[in-house]
Amino acid sequence: MVKVNGEPKNIASKTLAEYLAVASYDMKRSVTELNGEIVSKTAYADVVLKDGDCLEIVSFVGGG
Amino acid sequence: MIPTREEWNNALEERHGKELHKAFSSATVAICGLGGLGSNIAIALARAGVGRLILCDFDRVDITNLHRQQYKADQIGMYKTEALAENLKEIAPYISLKVHTERITEENSVTLLKAADIICEAFDDAECKASFANTVLSELSDKYFVAASGMGGMGVSNSIKTRRITSRFYLCGDETSDVSNGLGLVAPRVALCAAHQAHTVLRILAKQFDV
Repeated sequence: MVKVNGEPKNIASKTLAEYLAVASYDMKRSVTELNGEIVSKTAYADVVLKDGDCLEIVSFVGGG
Repeated sequence: MIPTREEWNNALEERHGKELHKAFSSATVAICGLGGLGSNIAIALARAGVGRLILCDFDRVDITNLHRQQYKADQIGMYKTEALAENLKEIAPYISLKVHTERITEENSVTLLKAADIICEAFDDAECKASFANTVLSELSDKYFVAASGMGGMGVSNSIKTRRITSRFYLCGDETSDVSNGLGLVAPRVALCAAHQAHTVLRILAKQFDV
């Protein structure tokens, strides 16, 4: 199981890019953090999710 | 009569103590976007005695900004960088300011911001916020980054909060109230979020990293 924004999901062994392609996040407005580290957008295809990983997708809204 | 630099420093030292005043006055903080968030962050940090600010914005002061941003009616039409620099010098005459009147991009971020200890994201547009966050967090990863998301509308004050996402990335706001959902921004709620960002900056400088 991989925790995504606190919710367990059965996505271990997928790459981050594969998961994000089917998830409903707008990646133009998001930052991705895996186990406390920011994942650079260029690395999404290379990162393989493992059991026990904690993924957080921070989505920005407008205003400032 | 403007006090001397020595009187100024003594007054801040008396308020904050020697150690904190040294931490604040020797810091360089970048503020990217000088609207409702950025103009309020800058004033709070200038008052607290932060030594040097890097101010970035390409835009000019518009009449529609004055209901929430720290500019004055006679500054309409001026570049925000120049108008804010003028206002900050009136508040804190010995602060050191570096202004960049240009758009911050993936290409120029590192050059413009490398001198900063802490970088505040204070843009308006969600995609600009995310793109800037990705750039800073990957290419300026030795900096602390304090961003904002969700301060629009007439929602309750207490939903504005600060979260620590990673050891160097803090996010302030309610994370949900998008400005496009209706009312836009109102002065105190944007200022609340700006105060969260400014206070997070001061806490980082004071080596108090928890939230």
